[in-house]
Amino acid sequence: MIDLSINGLPVSVPEGTTILDAARFADIPIPTLCHHPKLTPYGGCRLCIVDVKGINRPVTSCTTPVAAGMEVTTTSPTIEKLRKTILELILSDHPNDCMVCEKAGDCTLQELAYFYGIRENRLDGERRVYAKKDDNPFIERNMEKCILCGKCVRICDEVQGVGAIDIAYRGFNAKVCPPFEKNLDCEFCGQCVSVCPTGALTGKAWGQRGRQKDIKEIETICPYCGCGCSITLHVRRNEVIRVSSREDTLNEGWLCPKGRFGYSFINNAARLKTPLIREEGQLKEATWDEALDFIADRLGKVKAKYGADSIAGLSSARCTNEENYLFQKFMRAAVGTNNVDHCARL
Amino acid sequence: MTNSIPEIENNDVIFVIGSNTTETHPIIGLRMKKAVRKGAKIIVADPRKINLVRFSTVWMQHRPGTDVALLNGMMHVVLQEQLVDKGFVKEWTEGFDTFRKSLADYSPEKVEKITGVPKKDIVSAALLYGKAKRPAIYYTMGITQHAHGTQNVFAIANLALMTGNLGRESTGVNPLRGQNNVQGATDMGCIPNQYPGYQRVDLPSIRAKFETAWDAKLSDKPGLTATEMMNAAMEDKVKALYIMGENPVMSDPDTHHTVKALKNLDFLVVQDIFMTETAQLADVVLPSACFAEKDGTFTNTERRVQRVKKALNPPGKAREDSAIILELSRRMGYDMKYNLIEEVLREIGGLWPAVAGITYGRIEKWGLQWPCPTLDHPGTPYLFKGGFPRGKASFTPVSYEPSKELPDKEYPFILTTGRQLFQYHTGSMTRKVKELNIVAPEAYVEINPADAERLKIADGDTVRVTSRRGSIDLKALVSERPSEGLVFIPFHYREAAANILTNPQLDPVCKIPELKVCAVKIETGHGGQ
Ligand code: SF4
Ligand code: SF4
Ligand code: FES
Repeated sequence: MIDLSINGLPVSVPEGTTILDAARFADIPIPTLCHHPKLTPYGGCRLCIVDVKGINRPVTSCTTPVAAGMEVTTTSPTIEKLRKTILELILSDHPNDCMVCEKAGDCTLQELAYFYGIRENRLDGERRVYAKKDDNPFIERNMEKCILCGKCVRICDEVQGVGAIDIAYRGFNAKVCPPFEKNLDCEFCGQCVSVCPTGALTGKAWGQRGRQKDIKEIETICPYCGCGCSITLHVRRNEVIRVSSREDTLNEGWLCPKGRFGYSFINNAARLKTPLIREEGQLKEATWDEALDFIADRLGKVKAKYGADSIAGLSSARCTNEENYLFQKFMRAAVGTNNVDHCARL
Repeated sequence: MTNSIPEIENNDVIFVIGSNTTETHPIIGLRMKKAVRKGAKIIVADPRKINLVRFSTVWMQHRPGTDVALLNGMMHVVLQEQLVDKGFVKEWTEGFDTFRKSLADYSPEKVEKITGVPKKDIVSAALLYGKAKRPAIYYTMGITQHAHGTQNVFAIANLALMTGNLGRESTGVNPLRGQNNVQGATDMGCIPNQYPGYQRVDLPSIRAKFETAWDAKLSDKPGLTATEMMNAAMEDKVKALYIMGENPVMSDPDTHHTVKALKNLDFLVVQDIFMTETAQLADVVLPSACFAEKDGTFTNTERRVQRVKKALNPPGKAREDSAIILELSRRMGYDMKYNLIEEVLREIGGLWPAVAGITYGRIEKWGLQWPCPTLDHPGTPYLFKGGFPRGKASFTPVSYEPSKELPDKEYPFILTTGRQLFQYHTGSMTRKVKELNIVAPEAYVEINPADAERLKIADGDTVRVTSRRGSIDLKALVSERPSEGLVFIPFHYREAAANILTNPQLDPVCKIPELKVCAVKIETGHGGQ
């Protein structure tokens, strides 16, 4: 263990820990933009700078490992001024789009501008303009809003193992894009979207469906494969408008394209909305009473004539445990047969 | 799974056989990639060059259906190289001697001839796995959907047992369950021979327990499996079928047969969220709520019971499946009464101790893995710690038998079916999601470039694929993924339903159809559908 002090507080952490992690461990806040706990440190945004006694320039805490006896100061008028300037520089080249930006209210950059009280840009500079839009179906790539934190690039490479995007060009022209600036053509897991700190990467389907206000967030489980990822449904007016996943879940916040973007079937217009009974070859609308009485009557007659084992039931791997339990109980206790199965084998 | 998902990243060797993990279980795939970054080695055995091959140390491209030979070959090497865990075998297993003799026939040279995998790869895979400290095996339908699927599973178990690679953290045998709650449906007794919790219907003491709990007279005769139900419907033995949330027309082998069987019923009820191919044949269709419209639990592939929460109201008059079942049951004279859906889980816990300790309150944030018998039990991340439930585990010698339908002059290709990343199962949900269908709009048949050239098929051409059971027309996708002589079709598409072609031949023990291997021919010049 290494002993150091942060803002005068003694802290003890394992060797190799960064100053940032040590500070977070001690519950001392340091603002960051390019840092992500599950990705390799990058040291790009410089917002996480701190003073270390004996070093005459501030160091980036996300890349600097702790050392014994280190005396760290995370905040001072000079540091805060530097941080503010860094933010102003970033914002000098940022579309002031918060009014209509999908990310407003959930945007790290906006939040930092708020805390540092940056309203107008002192440094209003030349703006990047990217005329070309990416027409992949899932991910809106609004590169004017990109602050080049490189999180998307790292996550695609380090977590997803795909490497679909990289930072191309240098200096003012630097930009995150797929090779040759083509349309994104990848696994569309949306991991990159989930870590983007600004509105540069968002879901295409999210567009103008709602942001933070009047949204209910419900934690549930993905309806697709057996991994059982935790997902958060963002619901507005009885409609799922977005899916995300918390970091402190079994799936660590990562999802696949089905889990993240495959939710629109829920509110699809073709959902069955009423019971139907076949009459003269055609399925006709019916009430629940009619449908259920009809089924009870027909099943009763089949059972009376041919026995309970002439009735069978197929349950669903997509229904809940409770529903599956009730289904087999119904078949066994109410109908009287063990003819009950589901499609585990298929 | 005997282990849990977080344990994957600490495997030192990952042996994936018959599972296209990154596409069918993407998040488990991510954990495997994470393990590789932490130094693990991956062994892949798959007839197709799946994505995971990119991350692997050894890739064995065996002929479809030759898994038993391949695994026996690896075990032969393990034996010769003296990598058997003698202590484990002695203490925890029985039948090793007979089993050991059964491997004599499977020298790597011989196995190379059967499987097409070079001897040296079989040897290095065996050494990697045999010498590993925390290896785990992962498989899915690529192993089970064969007429000899049970044999495949035994062979995998043998390999783990002889090397003692079971019952430790990050070490075990892990079938990956395909659908969100297949594990749960099985746990809950939606299987013809077992009540909830794998308790047999033909044991009188168990039946008596359920008769008391449910206050009903129960049948002692094991019922029919899904595939047997279809056959019984054809033979007029099953007259009425109640289907909740399944789409057998698309998921069962030999679609023509399934449709005929369903049409032959006196009465068919389908309860679903969409008008599926199966619902279209029904006498009564009942609209149900989808996962986002109800409360309950799902159990994932690692036995973790997780909380499903209601986020919105179902559309129109649609109702939760539980409400429909209860109401129907009441009208049939059997009244089940629950005030809250959680009471159902409590009732299950009373009948199956493995989940007795699980309450909605405890799984509000994180799910619990059964067995979890008491309210203060932390759940069980991996199984068989310190022994097997029935005392000793037995080795089951298995011998290689060729698949039931092999290529011949008329049907020269092997067809194998499966899923792809952007679609799910029979497509009843994903085919309704616009974005997914932009990137994965239509069915295709993957064919090796050499075969394509021989048949003068260009990428994107429409071809006709025919088996002894039917034909479908679809696009050719010329790709290095399948080996020569092998073609692959995803089964999500109703326009070109792969299961029109597949073989309904069943595994004699667990009744899984042979969806992974059948013989087909490929023709051009039919000019589209
Ligand atoms: S969607 Fe996934 S694969 Fe595609 S660029 Fe983003 S992280 Fe990479
Ligand atoms: S998000 Fe993808 S990987 Fe996770 S449960 Fe859903 S389908 Fe499976
Ligand atoms: S967070 Fe440390 S440099 Fe960006």
